[in-house]
Parts: sequence; C-alpha cells; structure tokens
Amino acid sequence: MDVHEYQAKEILAKHGVAVPPGTIAFSPDQAVYAATELGGSHWVVKAQIHAGARGKAGGVKFCRTYHEVQQAARELLGKRLVTAQTGPEGKPVQRVYVELADPFDREIYLGYVLDRKLERVRVIASKHGGMEIEEIAKNTPDELLQVIVEPAVGLQPFQARDLAFQLGLNLKQVSRAVQTILGAYRAFRDCDATMLEINPLVVTKDDKVLALDAKMSFDDNALFRRRNIVDMQDASQSDPREAEAAKYNLNYIGLDGEIGCIVNGAGLAMATMDMIKHAGASPANFLDVGGGASAERVATAFRLVLSDARVKAVLVNIFAGINRCDWVAQGVVDAVRETNIAVPLVVRLAGTNVEAGRKILQESGINIITADTLKEAADKAVAAIGKKA
Amino acid sequence: MSILIDETTPILVQGITGDKGSFHTKEMLEYGTKVVAGVTPGKGGKSAHGVPVFNTVKEAVKETGATTSITFVAPPFAADAIMEAADSGIKLICSITDGIPAQDMMRVKRYFMRYPKDRRPMMVGPNCAGIISPGKAMLGIMPGHIYKQGSIGLISRSGTLGYEAASQLKALGYGISTSVGIGGDPINGSSFLDHLVLFDKDPETAAVLIIGEIGGPQEAEAAAWIKDNFSKPVIGFVAGLTAPKGRRMGHAGAIISSTGDSAAEKTEIMRSFGLVIAPSPSEFGETVAKVLKSA
Repeated sequence: MDVHEYQAKEILAKHGVAVPPGTIAFSPDQAVYAATELGGSHWVVKAQIHAGARGKAGGVKFCRTYHEVQQAARELLGKRLVTAQTGPEGKPVQRVYVELADPFDREIYLGYVLDRKLERVRVIASKHGGMEIEEIAKNTPDELLQVIVEPAVGLQPFQARDLAFQLGLNLKQVSRAVQTILGAYRAFRDCDATMLEINPLVVTKDDKVLALDAKMSFDDNALFRRRNIVDMQDASQSDPREAEAAKYNLNYIGLDGEIGCIVNGAGLAMATMDMIKHAGASPANFLDVGGGASAERVATAFRLVLSDARVKAVLVNIFAGINRCDWVAQGVVDAVRETNIAVPLVVRLAGTNVEAGRKILQESGINIITADTLKEAADKAVAAIGKKA
Repeated sequence: MSILIDETTPILVQGITGDKGSFHTKEMLEYGTKVVAGVTPGKGGKSAHGVPVFNTVKEAVKETGATTSITFVAPPFAADAIMEAADSGIKLICSITDGIPAQDMMRVKRYFMRYPKDRRPMMVGPNCAGIISPGKAMLGIMPGHIYKQGSIGLISRSGTLGYEAASQLKALGYGISTSVGIGGDPINGSSFLDHLVLFDKDPETAAVLIIGEIGGPQEAEAAAWIKDNFSKPVIGFVAGLTAPKGRRMGHAGAIISSTGDSAAEKTEIMRSFGLVIAPSPSEFGETVAKVLKSA
C-alpha cells in the first residue's frame, strides 16, 4: 500500500524526523489559508499523487505570494498529473500540500528497503541526493553508503553515526541526522513498511536537517495490524477496477490487451498470461481468484474483467485442488447467466472432478468453448478474437 | 528415499481444529500420511479425525514423538506458531499461511539462528501448497491424485503452476519423487537451492524441474550453484514474462523491483548456467521427457 508525501511526512514526524512545516489543502482557498497559517514568505505547492517525478512534470510550484499559491493550487487541483512514473493516463490531483520553502545547502539521499537476499532491512545513503536512486547508484556507486540492520536489536546509533560522519556533516548536523536516521528506521519497523525514501534530505544554513520529500510503501500483509496506515488509503490513486477487486479480496491488475483472464493461483495466472502472449495476443488483466472459487466470487471476477471495454474474449483457467471442478463449473455457469457475457468464453478446467465439471459446462446450454490443456485454452481464446495462434 | 517426508514421518498439525486444518488433516490421513497429533491452544484433550489434540507443540512432541509440523494458522499468529514449533524441536516446519507480514518472517528466520546449525529446523513456505512425496506422504493442500510416483524432483514457488507441471508429467507417464512448494513470499523459509542440495543426495531423484517467477534472487542463486555442484539434469521455467514492472502479481514476492528480477533476465541466467528451459508453461512435461530421453 502507498501513501501520499504529506502522510509519509506525518508518520516520520511522529518518529522524530524533522520535516518542513506544511499543511494539506483540498481547494485553492484552503491552500491560501494554509499559507497564511504557516506564515513565512515563500511556499511550495505540491501535487499529492502516488507517484514520483512530480517536479519535472510541473507538479511542484514555488510561490512568493498568496495569489501565486492560489493560482498554483487552481492549476493542479482537479486535473490529472502525468509524470514519468504515472503512465500516460496520469493520476488525479485531489490534494495539494502547501509547505514553507526555506533555502537549503545540501541534498542527501536516505532510503530504507527490505533486502530479500540478506533478509534484513538495508539503509542506503548518499551525498548525491535529489536524483533518482538508480542514477545515484549508476553514477557514483563507490560513494553509496549502506548499513544492514540486525533484527534482534534494530538500527543502532553507532550505525547512524557511521553514515552521518561519512556524509561529511558537521557535529551539529550529525546529531540531527542521527535522530533522523534512527527515527526513520523506527517508522519503517513500527509501521511495517517495505520501502521508505527521503530524497532529498536537506541540510540548511543553520544546520537543520529536514526531510524535504518522503515516500513510503507498506506491506499489504501487515495492514491487519496497522489500522492507522489503512486509514490513509486513497482509492482515487489506483485503477478503479483494482480498488473494486480489492473490496472482494480479489487480486486484479489491469493491463492493456484484449483477452480477459480469470485464474486460480498467482503463478498459474502469470503463466496463463504468458501463454496468451505466446499464442499471439495480449492479456487484458491479471486476476487470481484464489482458493475460494465459489459462484459469487467467479461472478464478481467476470464483472470486473468485463468492465474493461477492451476485452474481446475471456479465458477461465482453473486447476481445481480443493475447489472441485464441478463446483467451479457451476460457479462459471451461474456467473455467466448473471452477468450476460457478450464475448467468447473459453473455459479450461483441470484437477479434481474434472469430468463432472466438463459435463456441467456442456449441459448448461451456454456457449462455452472448452479446453483440456493450457495451450489449447490460450490458442482457442486467441482464435476466438480472430487472431492466428 | 524421497526428500523431507515419507510414510514414516510423524507429523503434527498446528491449527488442526480450524476449518482449513481440519479439512486438510482428513485429506492427508486419507492419503496415508502419518499424522500423529494436532495442536490448538485451548483444545487439548479433544480429538480431530482420530488424531489427539494438544494445547502446545511441546506437549504434542513429548507424547507422540512428532518431528514435522504443518501450520494452518492465521497471519497474525503464524510467526508465533512457527517459532513455537522450532522451540519444541520440530525439524521440518511447513507453513501454508498466506499473508504473514514480511518483517515477521525476517524475525522468524533470525529466531532460527538461536539454535546451533544441527538443531535448526528446515522451514518450507510460507504461502505455499506444501510438500508431497507421491505414494508416501502428503504435507500440504495439494490434490494428491494428480501426482504419480516417480523420479522427478519438483520445486515451485506457485501452488497451482506446480499442479500443472505434476499433471503434465503424469500424462506422459512421468512421476515425481518429491514436490516442494517454497511459496510466493519475499522472505521464505527455504529457497530452491536448499532443496536442490537435498535432491542431489537423493538416489530416487533423477532430474529436477524448478518453477520460479518474477522477483527475488533465488532462481539465479540456484542456477549458479547448479552449474558447479549439481550432478543431475535441471529443467527450469520462470513465470511472468508479461508481468509489468513494479506491480505485485498476486504473490507478495512476485514483483519486479530491481535488476535481475524479471522473468526474461532469470531465464537467461538459468540458461547460461546450463539449465534446460521449458519454452512455455504447457511444455513442462515434454521438456522433462526430452531431457531424460537424451540423458
């Protein structure tokens, strides 16, 4: 799960990380009010979306008057912002963050990630903040600083000092940076994050160390114990079909092909998408119905897949283990009757009670193209939309 | 011999009285698996499908001599159940649970290091279909009848894609010595490599099929080890060629986050280390057959 910059900053601030003063706004008037509340004479108005590269796309506006703040908010709010990370459709801007803009001397990169190879939290820092980490890693790999956290004791102050001194900070800055580095780690651990990036972490003339930008992603598996994070969800930032799917606990990812997929099991679903590609067409979506392929779930899955106007055929691939094929077949038949499907439907069933399942499909009176193998299913689906396998 | 489990392995089921635990215990027993105990805190003294239920794993081990555990425990309590099993001397722990927080698994793996190497458990999963040595024992949720007993070792992250492979092999007359599901999570109990080491020493296994997917270093790590250390043919496949970057494809660990994570890259790495690649997920059986015939 992702959150907005201002929410990440809220979390970090609670864990001892210094952030510039800022206020969220949902309208141009609110933005002006925020600026007057904040005081000062320079502000940045930042579009809040779940994607980076906003600056280059005009999503971050530097303002010197209340009028400019209002203008900036008016230009951003209610529109879709397209950045290098959003894809061509961009993301809707419904919130802007108004922040005091004070000058700074240096930009540092500070990041936290759960390293799969090491099975540890890895802290990464670099003097060359302000650029994407991939660029930093590519341009100055020798200057990339890293420490690995020992889970039994957590990130230790000596490790944070090691990074701070290597970043070339003066004593006052070191003590503040250490507080930041430790605080950000605690936020990562206590909120079950999977990624935390402060880029840039800036150092000001008066030795302040501030998180100028912050990105956080959270472990979906841990949300059951992170109610405060769940409350920060913003459905407007995801594909509406994906938000809909999440409501039913279905794993759906929209793609841009023409063959809709309904499969049980993530690996089999990926393999089915791969088979469609091999057969000469493109998958319209990834959808894992999981272990409970009841009639209701299958019907919901159909509705989701069919709500994509690009779908010209639907491929159902279920390998029944615990779910018996006859139950699944009944679910498919009921779902088809309920959703009034107008495109060709290919169903491949395998596993427990497969004969009984096929019988149900054949006797349903519904026009279902059946397939025995994965290859047959993909080939038939592609043929059904008029393409050659 | 097969690896990990056979008809003599005494197994206990953690969460035996829950819906999933109860259902799968019955399936495992019907398959001929030696399920000797169950554990559900608070339900000690009861019996499930003829199997005695205990309050703690320690008690269950003491009374029945169980050496292996399968956990059907909800995510908030799953890591605790795994650590309890480790502490009670269980040597092999298979966690079916889908949804364990990644940092919990990090702490579980760290917890295992509390024991000296010879006392440390082998863990399989989480978020997996389990382990089956066809004809001998089933420690998982797979449909037992799709497996024929034979000499192919199978290691897979995905459950249903593993079933697909097993059934393709069976259709061509090939059987499986042991199938191990290592699960779909980013931090798991054991990797492809951990089981290849076991298959290497198993006289019943003639070749191994490994089915990976996008995300993580374990396929590449296994391939590198195979080149210099594995004496038998390995067939490989990586699902997710069409997966977009940065999106989590169902499994918590199925996400392309960095270099080397994509299906195309992993396939190339496997190929470069001498694995035979199955050209598509519908050709697992054919590819294994080809390799065995030419061996």
